[in-house]
Amino acid sequence: MPPFPSHVSMAKRIIVIPAYNEELTIADVVSGAVKIADCVVVVDDGSRDRTSALAKQAGALVVRHAVNRGVGAALGTGIEAALRLDADAVVTMDADGQHRAEDAAKVFERLAEGDVEFVIGSRMKKSEDPGNMPAHRVLFNTVGNVLTYLLFGVWVTDSQSGLRGLSRNAASTIELRTNGMESLSEFIKEKKDKHWRLAEVPIKAIYTDYSMSKGQNFFVGVKVALRLIWRRFFG
Amino acid sequence: MHAIQIVLICFAVFAMSRVLIRHRRGLMRMLHVELWLLFWVAVVVVALRPGTTDLLATWLGVGRGVDTAMYLALLMIFYLLFRSFGKIEDLDRQLTRVVRANALREMEQDLTAAKDHERPGEK
Repeated sequence: MPPFPSHVSMAKRIIVIPAYNEELTIADVVSGAVKIADCVVVVDDGSRDRTSALAKQAGALVVRHAVNRGVGAALGTGIEAALRLDADAVVTMDADGQHRAEDAAKVFERLAEGDVEFVIGSRMKKSEDPGNMPAHRVLFNTVGNVLTYLLFGVWVTDSQSGLRGLSRNAASTIELRTNGMESLSEFIKEKKDKHWRLAEVPIKAIYTDYSMSKGQNFFVGVKVALRLIWRRFFG
Repeated sequence: MHAIQIVLICFAVFAMSRVLIRHRRGLMRMLHVELWLLFWVAVVVVALRPGTTDLLATWLGVGRGVDTAMYLALLMIFYLLFRSFGKIEDLDRQLTRVVRANALREMEQDLTAAKDHERPGEK
C-alpha cells in the first residue's frame, strides 16, 4: 500500500487535525473528514500510541512531530503542510471526535463564498441544533472570549473553537507564535493584525466523556490566560 | 565577625568561582561575567561593612540599609525571572521550528516516495 492516498497531489480543500495520543478516536474522525475534503493532514504531535498508524490507515497524510510541542505548534505545522500541498482552503478540527465532518464542510462552503478569509465554527452561536455543551464549558468559553476581546480587541462568539477555516491567503500569512492551547486565541489576534474578514457559522459540538477528559481544566485555563497576556505584551 | 557574614562571603566566593568556570568553558559572555562579579563583590563588601548599605539607603531615601538591600534583591530576582521566562519562550519556539522543519521534510520525502511508487512500470 502506498503511504499516501493518490489524490494528495491535487488536494485543494485540506483538513488539518492536530492529534496527541488520540488512538481511540482518530480513525473515526479521519474517516469522516476524508469524505468532505480533498486531503486530510493529521499532525501527530509526538504521540506514544498508535495515532499515526490509525490515521494513515483511515486515509490521512500523517506529519509527525518527533516530540510533543502542543496544539498550537501542531496547527502551525499542519497549516504549513497544507500550503505545501497547494491548499485553497484549510479547515482545522479536533481529533477527539468533538467536531462533525458536516460542520467542517459548512466551514469550507462559507470560505468558498470568497468574501471572508477566516471562518470560525462557533459552538456558542445560536443554531437549530446547539449540541450538548456542559455549563462549565460555556462559562470557560465565555471567559476565553472576554479575555481574547480585552487582549486583542476582537469579539467572537467562540474564540476557543478548534473548528475553523482559513483561505489560502490567510493560511499563508498566519504567524502562530505560541505552542499550546493559547494559540486558539492567537488566531483571533492574527485576524485583527492581518485584517482578515471573519464569518462565524454555527456548529454542533459533541461532548463525550472522552472529549471531556481531554479538555481544559481550571489550571490549564489559568496557564493559557497568562501565556496570552505574555504574548500580547511581550510578543 | 558574625556567622552570617562568613556564610555570605563563602557563598559569594563560591558563586564567583562558578561564574569564572562558566566563562572559561565559553558558556558566559564577558559582559555577564563582569556584571555577576560586580554583584558578588558588592555582596562581599556589604557582608564585611554592613554600614555601606546605610549610605545607599540614605541616598535612595529608604529607611534602613538592610531594607534597601532586600528591595534591590527582590527587584533583581523579578528581573531574572522575567528574563528566564523570556528565554524559555524563545527556546520553546526554536525547538518547535526544528521539530516542524523535520516533520515537513519527512512528509515531503514520503510524498516523493509515494509518487515514485505510483509511477507506471514501477508498481
